[in-house]
Amino acid sequence: MSIRERLSGNEASAIAMKQINPDVVAAFPITPSTEIPQYFSTFVSNGKVDTEFIAVESEHSAMSACIGAEAAGARAMTATSSNGLALMWEMIYIASSCRLPIVMPLVNRTLSGPLNIHNDHSDAMGIRDAGWIMLFSENNQEAYDNLIMAHRIAEHKEVCLPLAVCQDGFITSHSIENIELIEDEKAKEFIGTYHPEHSLLNAKEPIAVGPMDLQAYYFEHKYQQAEAMRNAKKVILEVAKDFEKLTGRKYGLLEEYKLADAEIAIVCMNSTAGTTKDVVDSLREQGIKAGLLKLRVFRPFPAEEIAKALQNVKAVAVLDKAESLNACGGPLFTDVTSGMYVNHVKVPTVNYIYGLGGRDTTAKDILGVYTDLQEIVKTGKVNNPYRYFGLKRGEK
Amino acid sequence: MDNMIEIRWHGRGGQGAKTASLLLADAAFNTGKYIQGFPEYGPERMGAPITAYNRISTSPIRIHSNIYEPDYVVVVDDSLLESVPVTNGLKETGAILINTTKTAEELKPLLNGYKGKIYTIDARKVSQEALGKYFPNTPMLAAIVKVSNIMTEQEFLNDMKGSFQHKFAKKPEVIEGNMKALELALKEVKLIN
Repeated sequence: MSIRERLSGNEASAIAMKQINPDVVAAFPITPSTEIPQYFSTFVSNGKVDTEFIAVESEHSAMSACIGAEAAGARAMTATSSNGLALMWEMIYIASSCRLPIVMPLVNRTLSGPLNIHNDHSDAMGIRDAGWIMLFSENNQEAYDNLIMAHRIAEHKEVCLPLAVCQDGFITSHSIENIELIEDEKAKEFIGTYHPEHSLLNAKEPIAVGPMDLQAYYFEHKYQQAEAMRNAKKVILEVAKDFEKLTGRKYGLLEEYKLADAEIAIVCMNSTAGTTKDVVDSLREQGIKAGLLKLRVFRPFPAEEIAKALQNVKAVAVLDKAESLNACGGPLFTDVTSGMYVNHVKVPTVNYIYGLGGRDTTAKDILGVYTDLQEIVKTGKVNNPYRYFGLKRGEK
Repeated sequence: MDNMIEIRWHGRGGQGAKTASLLLADAAFNTGKYIQGFPEYGPERMGAPITAYNRISTSPIRIHSNIYEPDYVVVVDDSLLESVPVTNGLKETGAILINTTKTAEELKPLLNGYKGKIYTIDARKVSQEALGKYFPNTPMLAAIVKVSNIMTEQEFLNDMKGSFQHKFAKKPEVIEGNMKALELALKEVKLIN
């Protein structure tokens, strides 16, 4: 029997880390992820885990310490948000190129500036090309479940890549909600222990980690990283299948909600997906064929699966909680449309930038998007694909 | 979604409105409900206006936004009535609960024409009597449970006793006072219109 609880997203993440019981946690506090290492440090003090907790002086050091620990053969974790991730940036690439399966809860907060502590996805989008697997979570349950599955994916010998579990700062990280926890013993058994193929502390096989890598083999090593990311898709699905056997909760690369016969569809990630499900239900009650495509796995990007899921709809809106400032759409939009194009799916698709810096996303906002999509289906025209909602305009 | 109750709390930083919203979520959770409890985070300072929210439902809650059309509004500090539009979106089938000693005639001009039920309680008096100090959140928590009828008084009191025993494990002397504050508040809250 699972354990019925009520926890915030941060509490749920800390409890997942308790069940993972990593060898090393190195962390520096930053809102809104501070509570994760804070709660975890109490588990360390109370002897609930036997983790070495390193209170470092910056996020750059947090990631560096995780890299050192993982290279030694340990399981290492940290947690961060926003500018904390930005300060890690240099080491984020080192972690993935050294093929170190570090796992990190990333509680999404906008990247300064202007200075703002609230949610959007601009922090996560900064590492989309860094060689990290990126999972997104609609609520506390998914943040917890994704963390329980994380090490099995990251440490798989055909993958060996670091992994970030995203959730929306404050919106889910600080909201108390119902959750089903797995019993400690079952969770531990599912997660398993870490046996790296190569590590610095293996005296029988001396290795170098992170040496200079010039024209002779740098390219081949980047290719191997890319191959590992491609392999991750299959591994993510295998782990999800085992997880479903354990919990009954089903996960894929993406979640299709009433999409099979939908004419209009929204594509989005994290907490907005929950709000969108409520709106889909209310539209369905009026006989309007609305659907949702929620991305759980953003890296590796499931381009083919997305294209397939959207091939029969008549209009699509991709919601981006990050502004790329490139004058041609947010990061999710460009990835989704490119995936559709390459897979020969031609459906009118528009982009909405929304929710920046914590601007609240309401059911009314989402309803407005579906109304716009109905208009596109009716007229067959897309006047401007680069749109916004929730933005104050025409006000002095 | 018709079975969902939405509550919006207005208080001032330091009065415990956020804690009260989390305790309410806890109590409802313990009676088998699906719950959300979340504050609206801002530049928190002692005395600054703050907002917190609760959703309570018999089915899973998926929506993740602030609450714009609450069934109930709780005002923990009546000085907010002059600066915060507390009745915005409040359903007239619902109610507003205010910590105040003001009369209906004094309150009405401050409620922007709200036509629903108005409940008041003197949480200062209750708190002083039960705890000897001014902690408005405990009486307000009991009062909103009574007004919104989300559980029986007995279920609520039993559950809170358990929570207080856990929360105040290191200072059990305050449990009795807090329980008294809840019991008094259940009696003192009154409909004034």
